[in-house]
Amino acid sequence: MADLPVPTLPWAHPLESRRARLEDVSAVRQELSAPVAAVDLRLDPAGAGPAAVAAVVGGPLPERPDTWTALPAGLALRLGPDEWLLTSSRARPEDWEFGVDEAALAHGGSAVDVSAQRTSLRLRGQRARDLLASCCALDLRPASFPRGRCAQTLLGQSAVLLVAHDTDDLQLFVRTSFAGYVADLLVDAAHDF
Amino acid sequence: MQLISCPWCGPREEVEFSYGGQAAVAYPEHPAALTDEQWARFVFFRDNPKGPFAERWVHAAGCRRWFTAVRDTRTHRFVSPSEVTS
Amino acid sequence: MSRVPGFGRIDRSRTVTITVDGVPYTGHPGDTVASVLLAHDVHPRTTSVKYGRPRGITGAWTEDPTGLIQVEEPFPEPMLLATTVEATDGLVVRGVNGQGRLAEVADTARYDRRHHHCDVLVVGAGPAGLVAARAAARRGESVVLVDDRADPGGTLTGTETIDGEPSPAFVADVVAELADQPEVTHLQRTTAFGHYDDGFVLALERRGDSVDGYGLRTRQRVHRIRASRVVVAAGAIERPVVIEDGDRPGVVLASAARDLLHRHGVLVGREVVVFTTNDSAYAAALDLHEAGAGVRVLDARDEAPRGWARACAERGVAVTPAATVRGTRGEERITAAVTGDGTEIPCDLLLLSGGWTPAAHLVSHVGGALTYDETLGAFVFGEPVAGVEVIGAANGTLALADVLREAGGAGAPHAPAEDDGAPPRVLWRTEGDPARQFVDVARDATVADIARAVGAGLTHPEHVKRYTTIGTAHDQGRTSGMLAIGILAELTGRPVAAMRPTTFRPPFVPVAFAALAGRERGDLFDPVRTTPLHAWHVAAGAEFEDVGQWKRARHYPRAGEDMTAAVLRECAAVRTSVGIMDASTLGTIDVRGPDAPVLLDRLYTNMMSSLKVGRVRYGVMCGNDGMVRDDGTVLRLAENRYLVTTTTGNAAAVLDSMEEWLQTEWTDLRVRLTSVTDHWSIAAVAGPRSRDVIGAVFGDLDVSNDAFGFMTWQDTVLDGTPVRVARISFSGELAFEVSVASGYASAVWARLLAAGQAYGITPYGTETMHVLRAEKGYPIIGQDTDGTVSPHDLGMSWAVSAKKDDFVGKRSYTRPENRNPLRKQLVSLLPTDAATKLPEGSQIVGFCADGRLPAPPVPMLGHVTSSYHSAELARPFALALVKGGRDRVGEVVHVPVEGELVPALIGSSVLVDPEGARRDG
Repeated sequence: MADLPVPTLPWAHPLESRRARLEDVSAVRQELSAPVAAVDLRLDPAGAGPAAVAAVVGGPLPERPDTWTALPAGLALRLGPDEWLLTSSRARPEDWEFGVDEAALAHGGSAVDVSAQRTSLRLRGQRARDLLASCCALDLRPASFPRGRCAQTLLGQSAVLLVAHDTDDLQLFVRTSFAGYVADLLVDAAHDF
Repeated sequence: MQLISCPWCGPREEVEFSYGGQAAVAYPEHPAALTDEQWARFVFFRDNPKGPFAERWVHAAGCRRWFTAVRDTRTHRFVSPSEVTS
Repeated sequence: MSRVPGFGRIDRSRTVTITVDGVPYTGHPGDTVASVLLAHDVHPRTTSVKYGRPRGITGAWTEDPTGLIQVEEPFPEPMLLATTVEATDGLVVRGVNGQGRLAEVADTARYDRRHHHCDVLVVGAGPAGLVAARAAARRGESVVLVDDRADPGGTLTGTETIDGEPSPAFVADVVAELADQPEVTHLQRTTAFGHYDDGFVLALERRGDSVDGYGLRTRQRVHRIRASRVVVAAGAIERPVVIEDGDRPGVVLASAARDLLHRHGVLVGREVVVFTTNDSAYAAALDLHEAGAGVRVLDARDEAPRGWARACAERGVAVTPAATVRGTRGEERITAAVTGDGTEIPCDLLLLSGGWTPAAHLVSHVGGALTYDETLGAFVFGEPVAGVEVIGAANGTLALADVLREAGGAGAPHAPAEDDGAPPRVLWRTEGDPARQFVDVARDATVADIARAVGAGLTHPEHVKRYTTIGTAHDQGRTSGMLAIGILAELTGRPVAAMRPTTFRPPFVPVAFAALAGRERGDLFDPVRTTPLHAWHVAAGAEFEDVGQWKRARHYPRAGEDMTAAVLRECAAVRTSVGIMDASTLGTIDVRGPDAPVLLDRLYTNMMSSLKVGRVRYGVMCGNDGMVRDDGTVLRLAENRYLVTTTTGNAAAVLDSMEEWLQTEWTDLRVRLTSVTDHWSIAAVAGPRSRDVIGAVFGDLDVSNDAFGFMTWQDTVLDGTPVRVARISFSGELAFEVSVASGYASAVWARLLAAGQAYGITPYGTETMHVLRAEKGYPIIGQDTDGTVSPHDLGMSWAVSAKKDDFVGKRSYTRPENRNPLRKQLVSLLPTDAATKLPEGSQIVGFCADGRLPAPPVPMLGHVTSSYHSAELARPFALALVKGGRDRVGEVVHVPVEGELVPALIGSSVLVDPEGARRDG
């Protein structure tokens, strides 16, 4: 895998056509996140598997579902009892999958490249949580959803993965095919902010 | 909008879940050994109690894990297994 | 003018103009439509629904059963209460007689929703709610406080003293304190209209079109509030006493007259008779007297309350105890009250107070049981409901001093107690003609109607409600419900306590559908899923169709082409040269683990464990009942890794079902499933020249038939980006599917188009794809199947393994019903006129041996599932499910089309290239 040339094929952000509309919203800054390599890791949380993967990705995996930890160039988000989403802004997707998978395989786990499965938006500003709360039933108050928490839930009628970076800094992962809907929903909701 | 407790993600609104019907209806060990009627009972027949009912739910919009929960069909209230008396 | 100086909280420095029934009226901010009209001595008059009797305004807020109006401007809204619509500049309304008018144009205003989570939700910002909210906030709890009126304070008129200061100052202090708390959300003009499971309350905020301080923003907002504790401080609703002709304009609730005076500075009448069964109406009597009216009080109790009687005497208000009002005189408006002994007292306003009914709605919504309070003459909350508290008048606590104590506990504010009060008398009606004693004036239902219901054998309030319609109007019986139960008890000779009141159900007030829909309308009604190539399809002029939530390009009409012409052209291009389709919507699931082959062998009817790495196999999935659920291709990527594709519409359901098997049944299998539907974009390149196109774009691939056989896949690289190419055909033609991470989809698509230019590469849509596959007899799951079709019915016995011990559905195939030779089977139909396109869904009938239709009911042989024009066959054709169809090949059946029977020949389901010669190009 390591002998692949650097990709020169043009890459397009799934929300490129909505960039201007998102940036028009002044109350809450909504930025299109740059693409990252991402794998869906499935692994028995008991045993040595998580530590083995941690050694490869450069940081410990979160111990509880719905929480995340920082990796040197990305995030380790725990999505469920035996599932994590691991991202890296440095690695190439195929290398990221290969490396994590190799570490997991020895412990009965596996990693699948999902780099293009989701895209993400960063929402910054004092009213970022209020904006999300206009479309999301989850308790997003800072005390209930502090930095370090993440959650897979519904935004409008779309499944999303919400990540709390800080009180006024949140990130939203969404499947690429739903991204346009979610962006339109947020732009619409931001109308009244 | 009822809350359902996902064992992994905690209480979430019911729209995040999908229903899987009666829990613990095991797939027969040897389907070929069953009579047609026994097979039909497995495929088509389910309990419909008035009261506590063990059901399967999946946290479809969340962690996608299936779990078993006991719900009182008279009140829709989820009960912990220890509360089940009948 | 009936505006009284010194009274009211309206902003007299500014005016607003509204138009009612074509006449302009001026009012002030703080007015309602009702108060503007009453201030101008215009008593809005409607006509009752059944008897056409004149009706005026009887309440001051949502309890008013009569004053319905139609709003015309700024936007038509039917059936609103004149007492609840705020007077805003430019408002145009008219009175309605029972039925309003919906707008005929789309509502362009915005409606939205907000979610809240809090420790305590307090419903009602009257004295009880304010004090409870303040106490909770001081404890550090997060609080949401909602109140349906424009201003906080509830029934406080401004004349009370709380903690030694006038009540307006007290209210302002509490509101200011709450506003300082970041954990407190305080919403006025917000009606909690429904209380549901687990502390969930919906509240509607009226933000107005140009209400002061609101601006042109969202007109209405639904607040979805999840509270650990719900405190209901919604107050109580005054009810009248049922009297003869008590529906005449000028008969008003005592509390309403007082509210209109203190809120809007409006004096509803000059010569006032007050008929009461309790103390509360005395305050109204004294206040109206102070505002300049002549007032007489008739008290139904044997003795008037001493404190109030003293106050009345001091001010010259006559009080007559042991007196009743029997009826009224007048035409359009009351001219006299008739007392129990027949005396007529001239008046232009009769105030009634028959006691107070706690606003039980929000507790009733969650199943709270009510019990009868003999003293109050009303139902109050009985058994406690977990997480719900009821305080103040909503709990039957009426005196301000008691209300404050109940709401505030130890640190409660203090109000002087009323001295020498007397308990109320429970009186539902006075003597009179039951046919003229209106119980529910909105429904024109009388005591005689209740008597008729009892005569018909109905004794339960729920039954009587439905028989008489009492309590079913817009006001849901706020003022009439309790009276109906009391009178029913009287007529049946049973105690009221033995009655079970009717159940209140949401919504507490009418809520517009637009508000419930919020922003989920238009393009946001349902998520629109798009592929990375969507913008390209749009630019290429595609017509789209909805497949599940996906927008898929259906065809690409050129100028002057209709769908038929476009599809014929696209089909011809694929069959003669090369076409390209966006297949990114196909569900794709990565299946990994040492037991992946075992899992797939159990889930598919055919064998997947024997599939070699590098190869592709078509598979069918069934349910336990043996019926087809889904189909698709399976790529074996490695020993322990497969890539499964599902149909576009079924992707989520298939994954959920696979997970269910894994997580609940076969927990011993070491397999992990990952959805990669959105990760991969797929371009299908199909047609005899597809090999040339693929070869040109992917120079590293040997695309010859020997090196790249049918149903195999290969990985390659395009400018450093990994690409997977598979030889899969859904058209019978030589075809390739090109998969790439979705961010690169546009780039790869552009390369394929460029390389295909030499061959006239033609983008084709789902409609064309459907025709091409139907010509080959490939079914579409969900179109040619409906959950009752087995693989055998589809002619796919070849895809059902005989070798495997078991797989999902296998046992069902030996059930007698599945062996019935008369099961419906998939066949083709060729209309013999070679011209008629049989409508999909058409029934199929057969003639008897004598060439005539059988006698009705004519047996149905089956139905048409797919029907198209074929470019290849140069005629229309169809697929159909026909009873015993395969044995009928060669027979002619008939299909009714627009009243004619069209003969059609049954054929094998494969019409084009039955020997499969084209798949290798």
